[in-house]
Amino acid sequence: MPPRLFMTDWTDIQTALAAQGYVAAPDLAMAVHLSLALGRPLLLEGAAGVGKTEVARALAAMKGCELIRLQCYEGLDAAQAIYEWNYQRQLLAIRASGETGAGSEARLFSEDYLLERPLLRAIRQPVAPVLLIDEIDRADEEFEAYLLEVLSDFQITIPEMGTIRAITRPMVILTANGTRDLSDALRRRCLYAHVDYPDRATELAILHSRCPGVAVDLAGQIVGFVQSLRKEDLEKKPGVAEMLDFAAALAGLGINDLTGDPVVLQAALATLLKTQTDRANITTEVAQRLAGRAA
Amino acid sequence: MRGGVTRFAARDDGPAARLVGFMAHLRSSGFKLGVAESDTALRALAAAPPEAEAVRAALKCVACGSAEDWARFDALFDSYWRNGGRVRSKAVPASTPSHTRNGRSATEGQSGASGGKADAPDTDKDGDSETGGEGRLVASTIRNLMKKDLREVVSPEDIRMAEAVARRLGAAIRDRRSRRVRAARRGAQIDLRRTLRASLATGGEPLRLARKRRPDRPVRIAALVDVSGSMTLYARPFLAFLAGLMRADATSDAYLFHTRLVRITEALRDEDPLRALNRITLLADGFGGGSKIGAALAQFAATYARRFVNGRTVVMILSDGYDSAPTDQMAEAMSRLARRGCRIIWLNPLKSWRDYAPVAGAMSAALPYLDHFAAAATLDDLAALEPELARL
Repeated sequence: MPPRLFMTDWTDIQTALAAQGYVAAPDLAMAVHLSLALGRPLLLEGAAGVGKTEVARALAAMKGCELIRLQCYEGLDAAQAIYEWNYQRQLLAIRASGETGAGSEARLFSEDYLLERPLLRAIRQPVAPVLLIDEIDRADEEFEAYLLEVLSDFQITIPEMGTIRAITRPMVILTANGTRDLSDALRRRCLYAHVDYPDRATELAILHSRCPGVAVDLAGQIVGFVQSLRKEDLEKKPGVAEMLDFAAALAGLGINDLTGDPVVLQAALATLLKTQTDRANITTEVAQRLAGRAA
Repeated sequence: MRGGVTRFAARDDGPAARLVGFMAHLRSSGFKLGVAESDTALRALAAAPPEAEAVRAALKCVACGSAEDWARFDALFDSYWRNGGRVRSKAVPASTPSHTRNGRSATEGQSGASGGKADAPDTDKDGDSETGGEGRLVASTIRNLMKKDLREVVSPEDIRMAEAVARRLGAAIRDRRSRRVRAARRGAQIDLRRTLRASLATGGEPLRLARKRRPDRPVRIAALVDVSGSMTLYARPFLAFLAGLMRADATSDAYLFHTRLVRITEALRDEDPLRALNRITLLADGFGGGSKIGAALAQFAATYARRFVNGRTVVMILSDGYDSAPTDQMAEAMSRLARRGCRIIWLNPLKSWRDYAPVAGAMSAALPYLDHFAAAATLDDLAALEPELARL
């Protein structure tokens, strides 16, 4: 454990993340700090669009290291997550050399023909990277079990080559939407933080740091509008990224006041509401009412 | 916030013991914490500055494991460490807690009323377990009166018929293509790794192509049958169906519920069908009584489902959906169940009635979580479901 991390105060992490454009709640900042200090994976759970993936991106930028991302899906297996042999090259090499036997086997199953996938790459970096395992709840239980093994030992065994130990321990961030319960074993291995939609002050800070050009009055209106929109009965609540799109759209349209033009507001809603039902539910009247309250 | 810190007795064993006491406090409130977490918590405290807020945030990310834990943590933290300056005589609670979480036996109600420690922080979950002592005793006498012998309800012939139905239904639901690939003799994809390995022996000429395919992986069935008073009429086919299902499929699971939930899988596996029914009769004390569907499903989601239900499970609920409990408990239970990733089928005997609409509170609360909602009142109805279930 490098002593430098111990010296870092957890509020410094908050400041450093803010410098990368990520405004973290105190609980989340502490979770990130402890994850770095104790070398434990961090499991982030929360609705889609609250900025879970963004934490990893900001963290990698903060530490100035690489971000290695593994997107999970059902049926994800070792060949896509850990390593695969480069069969085309192996085939070519056999034909070119024409030799057979034990010597060629050792050569064919060597480093030259190994394709690194995210997990293997993450433990072989000279500088410890940030490893983001995105949407772990989409992967199936088999992969979860395999991941447990990798996360506890930080070593990977390739039958033809032997065991590869981690050169540096990556900082591991797992994200989940809560669509499926994760195994207790995985939860227990990780530190946990629940990420919620930001409160008004935090969201304003996010808007200011990402879109500095937006006027103060309009920014307040935008955030107020999006916050009250989240309280409506929607299929898919707008996330932080949608809020930023919305602000960018309004800026592009040259709007200074949300309540000014109902037609334009309704058009700009395309950036916030992504399903047919939600569009139908938020009629012009509803949108005007919300905008009026936000003003 | 300051000044309200809990004081500890002088003979207390120091910070580590207090922390262990706090972990026990969380554990008694339903957090899943082991010894390893206590160790992590100590190391986390060493890495966090000694400020109340930092300590709270540090312990929070170590102790919590789910969104529910996360929401409840702050209150539990305050109740332990900021207990209005009251003296906590013993940091580590005695091994017999004054009230257990889901008071099921009648004696617990009494001990909960008498043995409450002065400083024991009330977790909000415990509220009703303390008031229910007498009520539960009364309910249990009623339950005994309504006890029925299942052998009067189901005959061995029924079971034989049901077995055939269950076998067919099981087969209809069972096979779900896996997205994983396995080595196989025949298959759509070429297994390059094995092919290449084999080609080494033939000078790099891939003479024998190894194949792989996506295997069919069986789906488990977990069936929950409502045997409350309103369902007595339908109990016969449904119980026979359960018995048949158990005999047809070794991986399936069966439960009965009325005011309680009982797992009857083991009992139903008995080789002698009549003896199996006998055993269930003993288990299903209260058969024909009232029903608490929401509570039973909540119990299922919190206990058995954690072990037996996963993404390859079909949960089959056979019930009329009449429940006196508030509907939010039902919605909560169903959403927890759905989060296990399983498919949920609800077979309701009333649905075949011409003017039936699922307006019964519990039923309408459950509807959004169902993958399939169908009518079934007799064995024939169940058999007729086969094509629909195959399409799921």
